Amino acid sequence: MGIDESVRQAILGAVPSLRAFAISLCGSVDRADDLVQETLVRALANIDSFQPGTNMAAWLFTILRNHFRSEYRKRRREVEDSDGHYAESLKSQPDQYGRVEFSEFRAALAKLPTDQREALVLVGASGFSYEEAAHICGCAVGTIKSRVNRARTRLAELMSIDGAEDFGPDQATRAVLVGNDRS
Amino acid sequence: MNDRKPPGRQNPMEAAATRNKKTPVKLSREIQARLGQQLRAMYDDVVEQGVPDRFTELLNRLDDSENKGKP
Repeated sequence: MGIDESVRQAILGAVPSLRAFAISLCGSVDRADDLVQETLVRALANIDSFQPGTNMAAWLFTILRNHFRSEYRKRRREVEDSDGHYAESLKSQPDQYGRVEFSEFRAALAKLPTDQREALVLVGASGFSYEEAAHICGCAVGTIKSRVNRARTRLAELMSIDGAEDFGPDQATRAVLVGNDRS
Repeated sequence: MNDRKPPGRQNPMEAAATRNKKTPVKLSREIQARLGQQLRAMYDDVVEQGVPDRFTELLNRLDDSENKGKP
């Protein structure tokens, strides 16, 4: 009978956000799409362990995140200074993300430690609660909160090097988004 | 007779102000807001691309192979 239609729709519905999360983790669209593909293959192979009625997106994010982490650890052994390497790969492909206007922000984001970057993206962009993000990352809620705070502080430092007044000139939108999480 | 504040209790606003002075890098709400905005704009730029065909096709393929038993 194959995949249940509602499960299939839930998986496809999560794909756009999974891709965005994957790109923020690994910095390359091609690599991110491979990561999403590997995630979907794993998810379907283990679909019996998904509990109907629970959050499909959170389940898929957990698989993707764990898969990325194990790959990342493998690569870390192969490539010295993986964070620096990652930042370099971004620099050499400024348009990979699609829009040049995000390149400065992306470069700053790339300089964050992976655990801070993933926490910030999950809470600040994917719209997960601190509790959900903690579940996805397999750590305590307080740990997520402190990672998000450190990520924000560090990002602000990195961005202000080039002048805090220079980025994000959209005043109308800014007024709506006073530093809070989407959820 | 009760015009003195109880000792050891501080107005929460004052407490926050004191904390802020002690924290060297306290983010202004404005900077926080801009960072949040950039992060979401960057993220949503990808989300708006929708589901690339390769993933729809992948699900179809995996579904087929499940129907036929694992290849």
